[in-house]
Amino acid sequence: MKSINEVQDEIIDNFSLFEGDMESKLFYLMDLGKKLPAMPEAHKGDDYLVKGCQSKVWLFPTLELGQVNFEADSNTEITKGLISLLISVWNGRTPEEILNSELYFIEKIGMGSMIGSQRSNGFASMIRQMKMYALAYQQK
Amino acid sequence: MELQSIRSHFPILHQEVNGAPLIYFDNAATTQKPIEVIEALDKYYRTDNANIHRAAHSLASRSTEYFEQTRKTLADFIGAPEAETCIFTKGVTESINLVAQAWGRKFIQAGDEILVSTMEHHSNIVPWQLLCEEKSATLKVIPMSDSGELDMDAFYQLLGPKTKLVACVWVSNALGTINPVKEIIEAAHKQGALVLLDGAQALSHFEVNVQEMDCDFLTISSHKLYGPTGVGALYGKRHLLEAMNPYQAGGEMIKEVRFEKTTFNEIPYKFEAGTPNIGDVIAFKAALDFVTKTGKSLIADHEDRLLSHLLEGLKKEEFHKVKLIGTASKKVSVQSFLIEGKHHFDIGMMLDARGVAVRTGHHCTQPLMHRLGIDGTVRVSFAMYNTIEEIDQFLHVLKRICAR
Repeated sequence: MKSINEVQDEIIDNFSLFEGDMESKLFYLMDLGKKLPAMPEAHKGDDYLVKGCQSKVWLFPTLELGQVNFEADSNTEITKGLISLLISVWNGRTPEEILNSELYFIEKIGMGSMIGSQRSNGFASMIRQMKMYALAYQQK
Repeated sequence: MELQSIRSHFPILHQEVNGAPLIYFDNAATTQKPIEVIEALDKYYRTDNANIHRAAHSLASRSTEYFEQTRKTLADFIGAPEAETCIFTKGVTESINLVAQAWGRKFIQAGDEILVSTMEHHSNIVPWQLLCEEKSATLKVIPMSDSGELDMDAFYQLLGPKTKLVACVWVSNALGTINPVKEIIEAAHKQGALVLLDGAQALSHFEVNVQEMDCDFLTISSHKLYGPTGVGALYGKRHLLEAMNPYQAGGEMIKEVRFEKTTFNEIPYKFEAGTPNIGDVIAFKAALDFVTKTGKSLIADHEDRLLSHLLEGLKKEEFHKVKLIGTASKKVSVQSFLIEGKHHFDIGMMLDARGVAVRTGHHCTQPLMHRLGIDGTVRVSFAMYNTIEEIDQFLHVLKRICAR
């Protein structure tokens, strides 16, 4: 299995094709979002809603054999694309790996504005929430 | 001033965003600043900076003079009878809170009613909610139609002897609706109620005269009127301002301070405790002068043309998924919309990817969004420097988004 940073570097490499072309980047992100496995409606309750000012994000964590897995969804396509990247980086990792990792790919692919302000979208809150779940699992 | 040359006064407009020329259609959030404003601010800090009032030295008398000149210019701009009836604040939010605290806490009593409209900005809802809670008064809401027009029949039903204040937005920030405020004021006054008009979105678009309108309070924003951020004003009728309690306490607002008892300064200083935002107030005058020089009627005609051009363009078949939000018959150059099957946030991001700046979300009008059964819109809002060509480019980008 690739390391967290190897996956991040791969993402950065893929996005380098869109350098200077924000529109294509967004379209690519939205296509990625469409490939995200559907989240069971039962897991989209209010308890799993991470609220942002503009977009909604649902996040449902599980721990199996010491590995964390997240199901997630959003009502905005761009956020959903970013979620699919985040899941490719963090799913199947141990709580320790998640907590010790540093997410740098979001800035590097030029989507830093998505995590700049908690108000604008649920994505930044989602990252925090994922780490909180990892912390809770670690202390179990 | 020729409209064609207006753009050359706004340095910020001449830049690229994401590889495309910036198209700034977020003017209802804040307008850009002409070079005259930027230079006035620069000049103030280079040559005139000193704390105003009560000083013997030359810089202080200069800055005091310029500061008070803005007050006079603003009074003329809104048709106020005297400069002292204009109080500087940090913006519309503070202006409304000032009235809620200094007038409301003194004059609102248990059982009284305050009317607001469905399309208020949060800043013209929450201060009244807090006041009503404190005073056991009731907040009532004027309903509106699906197109975004106030239900005036319902307004007359709601208005009664218990109504002490109608706090109403002149122009809706989210929908662009121009409300029939003259009618509201006349009806309210007949019942003995006061009227506060939120003028944040009105002053940049059309001629405003508080004496003709006979409103009791008007709130004013500098940054939505081509001036600096962090400055606003409250206009109030003299006898009301004089009867009100002080708002914040400190320097400037006092006449005499003794530990036994403090007496308060005259208006407007009674409400201007502490060192104000001197530099930005002084630069605000340059914005007012710029708008006056350009001419409100010229601006209004131009913006009407822009809105008509947009609405005409959106009638085309390729935009059949576009749903207009806010279609009142009297509107300023603001248009909210949604695209079927797309989230407003995604639309905003995709427009930005091609250099178009719009606002997305609930526009701080959650009760309005709730009334419309949506959780946000995409909003384009035009200013004097926008062009027909920019709208054509916007429609071109929007067509690509709709087609996706």
